[in-house]
Amino acid sequence: MKFAVIQFPGSNCDQDCLAALRGLDGAQGEYVWHKETSLEGCDAIVVPGGFSYGDYLRCGAIARFSPIMASVVEKARAGMLVIGICNGFQILCEAGLLPGALVRNRSLRFVCEMATMRVEVANSPFTIGCAEGTLLRLPVAHGEGCFFADKKTLGELNANRQVLLRYADANGKIVPEANPNGSLENIAGICNRERNVFGLMPHPDRACEERLGSADGAMIFRSMMQAFADARTRAA
Amino acid sequence: MKMKVIVTPKAAVLDPQGAAVREAMQHLGMPEVREVRIGKYLEIELAGDGAEVESRLHELCRDLLSNPVIEDYRLEKGDAPQ
Repeated sequence: MKFAVIQFPGSNCDQDCLAALRGLDGAQGEYVWHKETSLEGCDAIVVPGGFSYGDYLRCGAIARFSPIMASVVEKARAGMLVIGICNGFQILCEAGLLPGALVRNRSLRFVCEMATMRVEVANSPFTIGCAEGTLLRLPVAHGEGCFFADKKTLGELNANRQVLLRYADANGKIVPEANPNGSLENIAGICNRERNVFGLMPHPDRACEERLGSADGAMIFRSMMQAFADARTRAA
Repeated sequence: MKMKVIVTPKAAVLDPQGAAVREAMQHLGMPEVREVRIGKYLEIELAGDGAEVESRLHELCRDLLSNPVIEDYRLEKGDAPQ
């Protein structure tokens, strides 16, 4: 399965993503520069973290107009799996592929720490490798990761089970103390209604090997590979 | 033509920067301060003018300069405040 890792000026987790993918059996990854216009030949898209365009104006606001984004939107609308990590999540929201927005952390502090989150939905293409309630340990590193959506949108996200991950304590309880950024309802990651686009603030790309402190991130990429393989089998 | 764009966080969006500044103002002897909301101010100089240019500018205000999910914007004509 071939992942395209989009590189914007200011991306800084592109190498982490590629290294993580190359460490997984059956996954291939390759960089796609933001000025490219085609994503032909790739099976999934990774929008990595960083500070695209220096986070000027708003995080992700300028990157979403990069030439490659038309192709990302087109592939996403056609059902391709797309994962946006950290700044990638912000970009996908700005691009309208995911609802809501990420705003300044409630603490006003940049948070850089290991976080725990609970898998809320186990039948998404990004979480099929985890049972519902599984706790993942993934690092967070962001200044603007506080998820916001208006009441109606939040209601829809819950009703359609689009919240895939919530920050939780070590016992799996969704409590304010476990929330590193003030996100509404401890939301750490959401998918679109069609369930093929996923955005999350934590970094699975930085947690795919035990020696990095956690290998839980690999479960997300492996889920994508499983979902891709299942879809192929169904189509055959 | 010169235009000004003022972008402000929507009322429902938490503005922790504004809250921090409000507290600082209160600490500095201004207990009257009830609320501070921090937004953005852009001065834009354009080669053309007219309703058509303005309508395209409105479009960019919605698409780029503000995010309607979290922000409101106001487009005004004229020079920057002196």
